[in-house]
Amino acid sequence: MQKMLLLGDEAIALGAIDAGLSGVYAYPGTPSTEITEYIVSSKIAKEKGVKARWCANEKTAMEAAIGMSYAGKRTMVCMKHVGLNVAADGFINSSITGANGGLIVVVADDPSMHSSQNEQDSRFYGKFAMIPIFEPSSQQEAYNMVHYGFDISEKYRVPVMIRITTRLAHSRAGVGRMAEKEQNKLKLPADLKQFVLLPSIARKNFKRLLDNQEVFEKDAEISGFNKYVEGKDKSKGIIACGIAYNYLMENFQENGFPFPLLAIGQHPVPTNMLKKLYDECQEIYVFEDGYPLVEEMLKGSLNLGKPIHGRLDGTLTRDGELNPNKVAVALGLKDTIGQPIPAVVANRPPALCSGCPHTDSYLALNEVLKDYSKGRVFSDIGCYTLAALAPLEAINTCVDMGASITMAYGAADAGLVPAIAVIGDSTFTHSGITGLLDCVVHKANVKVFILDNFTTGMTGGQPSAAMGRIEAICSGVGVEPEHIRVIKPLAKNHEENMRIIREELAYDGPSVIIPRRECIITLDKRMREKFKNK
Amino acid sequence: MKKDIIIAGVGGQGILSIATTIGMAALEMNLHLKQSEVHGMSQRGGDVVSNLRISDKEIFSDLIPFGKADMIISVEPMESLRYLPMLSENGWLITNSVPFKNISHYPEVEKVLTEVKKFKNHVLIDADGIAKDLGSVKSANIVILGAASPYLDIPLEVLTIAITKIFKNKGQEVIDLNLKALELGREFSLKQA
Repeated sequence: MQKMLLLGDEAIALGAIDAGLSGVYAYPGTPSTEITEYIVSSKIAKEKGVKARWCANEKTAMEAAIGMSYAGKRTMVCMKHVGLNVAADGFINSSITGANGGLIVVVADDPSMHSSQNEQDSRFYGKFAMIPIFEPSSQQEAYNMVHYGFDISEKYRVPVMIRITTRLAHSRAGVGRMAEKEQNKLKLPADLKQFVLLPSIARKNFKRLLDNQEVFEKDAEISGFNKYVEGKDKSKGIIACGIAYNYLMENFQENGFPFPLLAIGQHPVPTNMLKKLYDECQEIYVFEDGYPLVEEMLKGSLNLGKPIHGRLDGTLTRDGELNPNKVAVALGLKDTIGQPIPAVVANRPPALCSGCPHTDSYLALNEVLKDYSKGRVFSDIGCYTLAALAPLEAINTCVDMGASITMAYGAADAGLVPAIAVIGDSTFTHSGITGLLDCVVHKANVKVFILDNFTTGMTGGQPSAAMGRIEAICSGVGVEPEHIRVIKPLAKNHEENMRIIREELAYDGPSVIIPRRECIITLDKRMREKFKNK
Repeated sequence: MKKDIIIAGVGGQGILSIATTIGMAALEMNLHLKQSEVHGMSQRGGDVVSNLRISDKEIFSDLIPFGKADMIISVEPMESLRYLPMLSENGWLITNSVPFKNISHYPEVEKVLTEVKKFKNHVLIDADGIAKDLGSVKSANIVILGAASPYLDIPLEVLTIAITKIFKNKGQEVIDLNLKALELGREFSLKQA
């Protein structure tokens, strides 16, 4: 069969479908979004009755997956790295409950912060939960690891993590498929108390997880995803995790690779493989995208042994994703570069689309806020965060999903009144509702703008759980109905919108203002579909 | 055979149609391929780039090393210059001459074009104009691909097959328009050579 050209994300999606997936749960987040999108739009998945769900947030997605695993079916939950912070409670505890049906947690990290607010390394979470972690170096390996991951998840009754980075998630290569597996039948755990984490049961489960650490390490030795390659030149021993292997080999295509090499694709890393490399080489170089997990492990706090080079001793930069050049320089090879960028080239940062409803919302807000001191707009995560940049320069914070409302609440308590929160519809249902409840309970002078564009815009227009529910949610939480105001952000409504905003600013209590107009991108897409079908 | 290609433009300009076409052609020739793309925040009107690598041998890195790209194909002139550190000494700079001005501080176009012309191996093509004359503004990217095609080491017939396959669902008229766009871009480039 001809290979299929797939993104790393898509290879994981297809791998899961072929390996007998029954349900995928996710909240969109770059660079993980395309995994679930692929399954949502896959004909094969539809025919097989695979449940492909966009959830309210990563925590609800994680828990839904634990539920499906409880019921004996193979399930996957996908998120970006910071999404795992949201899902962390369920995630860490799932290692104590263990799995029944195969449970894979896919986390896509974003070193270099192409589309994120930090570059945290999810492998630390995997280690924290003490579960097997897979780090593919290629799209094909990503596909294969999903099959293998489901198998060992069921074999050892443990959730497993597949950790990828932006570069693999968003790069295409040929992928060959394996034999398709049937979905599991509904089958509850043999011990119906396995998932009851009362202390007495949790202690027993935790012991089992601890006992299994040795088993996981043994598995990582024989699975084939960790490879030890002998080398003649023992002056250097090289460790390459996941995609770093590619950057390494890129530099040795002509003359072959001279050094002993440990390519890591599965954790916990077998100690005897590390020891062999350490014993037979004079110095060790560690290449890993993200934080120096393996390097730190090898080096220890006291660093008493042989020289270990990597991100910690400055051989590589401490931040940012790796590339072939960084690896070359680290190993003392010749660096390459073309011509410098001519001075005439100007920066072109991302910006709100022409015709975006957010622009009209911010223009009105900016003008109204001219009457107040600066620095009172707490924003959130979505397209509207781009308003931090010129020309709008309308917002003052962006921290995590939902932090707009809660930070505005805290700042209002500190005396910054009125405090303004700006949050998108999808972000509001992701993590904004509980913050709004805090505002209502404490009658905080916070003005919450819920920018309702009917979609999760930044990640490409996935459905929003808030659709058609925002006013009901807000009044349900306890916002006074007369202080829930809907406006239509259009230039022609500018004066009217400012008037409504001013009215709410004059009220000493929690208000919700909902600027409501469809995202220009989804509108365009919808119109083209409509036109096509006529 | 090995070609490392940088494809550049502005988010929303559809640079991936060029990558997809070359990718499809590479598959036809049973070549290895890796193609890295930009998704997410940067797509919103910011600069975007795709690293496209095709080879008859195994490809390792998804990223092209600096100074090693054989070609920059850009749908926007200023964006073509942004990736000069990627281009090899004898590499080709192939770019649309029509600027995409979504920023207030866009430099004088003449200055941008002068920089492009400084480069020994360059093709500067008014792809939008050619596509417009053809009656298919959307085909500008394929015009640029046509301009790059003499330097791709992919036979024209294979690119033709690739375009036919990609636009199969859109009907013969769209296929023909894009084949014509490819041809016009190619002619322009060959005339310059």
